[in-house]
Amino acid sequence: MANEGVVAGPVLSVSALRKRFGDKVAVDGVTFEVRPNEIVGLLGPNGAGKTTIINTILGVLEPSAGAIGIEGRDVARERAEALARTNFAAVYAPLPGNLTVYQNLRFFALIYDVGNSAARIEALLEQFELEAFRDVKCGVLSSGEQTRAALAKAMLNRPRLLLLDEPTASLDPSKAREIRAQIRELAHRDGVGVLWTSHNMIEVQEVCDRVLFLSRGAILLEGDPRTLPAEHGKGSLEDLFVSVAREPLTIGAG
Amino acid sequence: MRLRPVLAIVLRQFYLMRGSPARLFPLVIWVAVDILLWGFITRYLETVAAPRFNFVATLLGAVLLWDFFGRVMMGITTAFFEDVWSRNFLNIFATPLGIPEYVSGLVLTSIVTSSLALAMMTALATTVFGLSMLAYGAMLAPFLLVLFLTGIALGIFGAAVVLRLGPAAEWLIWPLPALLSPFVGVFYPLSTLPGWMHAIAYALAPSYVFEGMRAIVAGEAFPAMNLVWAAGLAALYIVLAALFFVRVYRHAVRTGLLARYSAETVS
Repeated sequence: MANEGVVAGPVLSVSALRKRFGDKVAVDGVTFEVRPNEIVGLLGPNGAGKTTIINTILGVLEPSAGAIGIEGRDVARERAEALARTNFAAVYAPLPGNLTVYQNLRFFALIYDVGNSAARIEALLEQFELEAFRDVKCGVLSSGEQTRAALAKAMLNRPRLLLLDEPTASLDPSKAREIRAQIRELAHRDGVGVLWTSHNMIEVQEVCDRVLFLSRGAILLEGDPRTLPAEHGKGSLEDLFVSVAREPLTIGAG
Repeated sequence: MRLRPVLAIVLRQFYLMRGSPARLFPLVIWVAVDILLWGFITRYLETVAAPRFNFVATLLGAVLLWDFFGRVMMGITTAFFEDVWSRNFLNIFATPLGIPEYVSGLVLTSIVTSSLALAMMTALATTVFGLSMLAYGAMLAPFLLVLFLTGIALGIFGAAVVLRLGPAAEWLIWPLPALLSPFVGVFYPLSTLPGWMHAIAYALAPSYVFEGMRAIVAGEAFPAMNLVWAAGLAALYIVLAALFFVRVYRHAVRTGLLARYSAETVS
């Protein structure tokens, strides 16, 4: 069970992470931590390296250098133990469309070796308001319903580290607000660490305790999303994002 | 190795088959059509050829065994292709599921599906065309074992090739049994083959099965040692195929192919 053997210290520690694809450096010496109860926003323009970092944490992409630890388990050497404590939801990784919501959750519950999975699945169907879609194939759900199904999958194993890549991108404002509240509650009640990417800066300010601004594979800025814009002479987080995207060297120097 | 993740792969295939009758066709209908076609061919040949030759046991039995081999291989590859077709690699490989568990799940799936196909073929060949599997005597079990092991190895190899080359490489995999069939002498003795093909046939485990099958039906002696050798070859294929799969998987993780698989980037 993912909650067993919880250790003090960061849920996620990324140290000097580097990834090259041929001559191109996608991630260049990134170091950061995500602590329990903390939601960290990973921000940056397209191609900044966010998804590459998430893929390395998930063990589907081998870093060129550096180390990743999840509750002290090294992803490279203790992959299964590390990933048993992790889960994710991403807009580009929907659940298989040819299985129903229930079948998908049952399948992944077995993959994650979830105990008492029947009760867990029922609770998640209720939590994400998916009871009506229980026997509906995921491929015919609306994009918002698919997102909720993917989030239910992401909670199956009660992860200590949750990676969410634009989790509310397909949700209407009302559902997005509910999901944000649920994830905040999860993080702060159960001590889960969350790494959250989003291009919605209002959402980031609402949800994240801390943000990391990535540019060209490196962390350019780090801080509280509510105070960081003013610290860099910007009126809003969105203004700061635009500046990072367009003039990373200026911001980094400042 | 944990059992529940292995069973998850089997359960997923069960769900898919239950929800889509098209997936049952290769297991039940296509093999039945093959048995009917070859059953009638053998029935015709028995009317025009020398009466002492047992076409049913030799030809129809060979078709049945060869189709079984094909179903074993496709049991593995089809279960793997389900992850390709549904773009599920990221979801499934970003979990604690280990490669041995994943491959074991594919193998277990193949055991179930190929057994179903074998039962269907045997029932049809026996009831309609009078094929008796007892004609092969005690050798039937090792025959099936050798073909099963070789089918598993070829299935794992095929899955690795598709993982390495991308989804479109699926079209390279389906004809693999047909590519092997001329070399293993499904329908004719290996002595029929030219020297270079004969040499290749010696390295292929199914060759020994079909040579043995013909020898038994003809009432000739067939050394059991040949089947031990064949089983050893098949076991070696499995080890090599598994090593190949692991190597390809590691390459895919190192290069990013796994994370952007549908892009079909070969690097």
